[in-house]
Amino acid sequence: MVPINYYIILSAILFTLGVVGVLIRRNALIIFMSVELMLNAANLAMVAFSSVIQSFSGQIFVFFVIAVAAAEVAVGLALIVEIFKTKRSIDVDQMSSLKG
Amino acid sequence: MFLAEPTHSGFFFLVPWLVFAPVIGLLINLIFGKRFSETMIGTVASLASGAAFVISVLLAYSISVNHGELVRWQLAEWIHIGDLQLDWTFRVDSLSTTMMLIVSGVGTLIHIYAIGYMHEDVRFKHDVGRYRLFFIYLNLFIAMMMILVSGDSYLMLFVGWEGVGLCSFLLIGFWYEMDTLGRPSLANSNAAKKAFIVNRIGDFGFLIAAFIMFWAFGSFQFDQVFEAAQHAAPGTILAITLFMLVGVAGKSAQIPLYVWLPDAMAGPTPVSALIHAATMVTAGVYLITRSAELYTLAPQAQYIVALTGAVTALFAATIAVGQYDIKKVLAYSTISQLGFMVAAVGMGAFVAGMFHLITHAFFKALLFLSAGSVILGLERGHHHAEHAHRGKGKKGKHALSKVEGRKEERSHEAHEEVRRVEPVETFDPNDMRNMGGLRKTMPVTFWLYMIGTLALAGVVPFAGFWSKDEILLDASLRYPIVYWLLSIAAFFTAFYMGRQIWMVFFGEPRHGAALHAQESPRVMTVPLMVLAFLSLVGGALNLPFEGFHNLGHWLEYTLHEVEALPLNYAVAGISTVLALLAIAASWYIYGRNPLRAGEIDPLKRRLGAIFTGAENKWFVDELYQAIIVTPFVKIYQFVADVIDWRFWHDWFHETVIAGTYNWVSNIALNRYADQRGIDAFANGLAGVTQWLSATMRRIQNGFVRSYALSVLLGVVLIVGYLILK
Repeated sequence: MVPINYYIILSAILFTLGVVGVLIRRNALIIFMSVELMLNAANLAMVAFSSVIQSFSGQIFVFFVIAVAAAEVAVGLALIVEIFKTKRSIDVDQMSSLKG
Repeated sequence: MFLAEPTHSGFFFLVPWLVFAPVIGLLINLIFGKRFSETMIGTVASLASGAAFVISVLLAYSISVNHGELVRWQLAEWIHIGDLQLDWTFRVDSLSTTMMLIVSGVGTLIHIYAIGYMHEDVRFKHDVGRYRLFFIYLNLFIAMMMILVSGDSYLMLFVGWEGVGLCSFLLIGFWYEMDTLGRPSLANSNAAKKAFIVNRIGDFGFLIAAFIMFWAFGSFQFDQVFEAAQHAAPGTILAITLFMLVGVAGKSAQIPLYVWLPDAMAGPTPVSALIHAATMVTAGVYLITRSAELYTLAPQAQYIVALTGAVTALFAATIAVGQYDIKKVLAYSTISQLGFMVAAVGMGAFVAGMFHLITHAFFKALLFLSAGSVILGLERGHHHAEHAHRGKGKKGKHALSKVEGRKEERSHEAHEEVRRVEPVETFDPNDMRNMGGLRKTMPVTFWLYMIGTLALAGVVPFAGFWSKDEILLDASLRYPIVYWLLSIAAFFTAFYMGRQIWMVFFGEPRHGAALHAQESPRVMTVPLMVLAFLSLVGGALNLPFEGFHNLGHWLEYTLHEVEALPLNYAVAGISTVLALLAIAASWYIYGRNPLRAGEIDPLKRRLGAIFTGAENKWFVDELYQAIIVTPFVKIYQFVADVIDWRFWHDWFHETVIAGTYNWVSNIALNRYADQRGIDAFANGLAGVTQWLSATMRRIQNGFVRSYALSVLLGVVLIVGYLILK
């Protein structure tokens, strides 16, 4: 039996990777993938806790997260396609026309 | 007691209609009068006045049936404030009914006379439209006079008192845009203003008296005042009665406030007869008689009133001798006769005063209306002469008769057209120097005038003799000085009336107008005949013989302790001899050698300066001008120019108030409070906001990743806080 700490540490590392990816990368697709990474880090933590406390609620929650993430990807990819059509780029720093 | 109880049989319920009847008459004329013919307007007005007379007769009958018991008839509540309970209550007693009978009786006759008089007057003055207005005013006057005499309190009396003053003003200024000769001028409107203002001075006295009354007794109601006066301090009564005398002097034209009455002759002659001889000016006499119980408590006031009346009687009589205007002579005669009445009521001889009031109403109305007939006769003669002179071949006949009404209408209009292009004429139909010999051309008027003159001069057995004699008799018993003043006044009265008769009706015509003068129509002469009849037999009201003191007994219902004096042959003899002497003297001066055209007055040749004084009214108007009007004008100019304009307006308002305001608003409010306070705050707020937004907008750099970083930092901070808490 792998101790719970290993899962939590792995989850934290994955989440941090996701955060750093969102913050430092300019490619919208990469950022998207980093966001997915953060979601799945959270999923991993919830599944781990679920098995520890012998309850399904964590795993059910994970299904919800996966469904929402799928929907998010669908919308997000559509947005990125549209942005690329107008800006000919998917660099997020190019999309700064709302600056004050 | 304060309400008419149902036990009173009689016609007391008709009392309010004394006022309503003339008001209805004037409303009919006011609303529908434009479509009425002149006769219709006059008939409506006369009927309204006649209705009041019928009601007065019924009231008098009811009083005698009820043995003179006082009846109050409450019409409406008026003023109820605290303890003051003042109602619109009519008072029917023998005194008020006497006044009602005089006002409505003489008033009705004068209304009828005015139908004929105003028909011509409006045509001579070229404004036919004003005919209706005249009768509206006349009816209003009757209504106001009825309120005056029938009121049950001093305040209700005052309403009528002011109302008749207003009517007097309106009617004196009836031809307000011209003078008495019809030339464009302010003379008539000035006369109206003078009457009104002088009357206001008198009213001021009346008001002060009423205020003292209310302050001391807490009531205006006659009986309550008289009741309270029995226990009041003598000084209070004296003050009330003397201030009331000021009101009487204003309304009844006594020294020193008589000056308005001669000028009031600017009004049409029926007005002079009705308001300024027979009724309104006697309101003061009525007021003193009504307040008899107050005056009997203040002997000093009685003496002052009697003396005022006597001095006025003599003073005005001397002025009348020197006048040339036929109406002015009668006006001064009226002042003089009012002096007799005031002297009588001042002496406590209330019955004698009321008796003279009644007979005077008859014969002075007769004289004034006859004078009006003379004036119109002269106007007609003047037109006739003018017409004949122009050789137009028109008849120019002006005598009114109903058959000729239409033809005349046209002839009047023709006159109007002719006269419009003429230069302003200066013929004065009032001037006795333009008259003479009218006995032949106007015989009816002559005889009527003779009757009025003999009654006024006090010749046996005319009405004036009996009433004047009663006053003289009372005076001889009470105040000898008043007796002598009045006797001399009576002498002058007979003299100036004799002078007038000789100048107007005898001798040769001194002007073309007098030569062609025409008699007045019947609508004017018939009321005069009625008045002449009353002047002839009016003395029978109160003959100084046992069993004939009818008026005395009648008024005894209201005025207690009436003493009936028997005829005193010495007093009667002296007054008769004086009257006859005066008439003889007037014949000697004016009748023996009649005045010729352009000749100066024979009395002026004999007396010189004294006559000039009388002719100029002893310069009283000039004196008032010098000691009252001129200083007053200077004072009000000073007040207006210096006090009001320069001090209040220029200095106080402009400099002090406006300047201070400007300074305060400009320096204190604008510069400091507004600019440095409020503006600075508002601007500072804007500046801070601007600075804040300028600073903050740098954060909004539009880079999604930097936003994500701040989200992360926020999360770290919150989570760190939660963990480390």
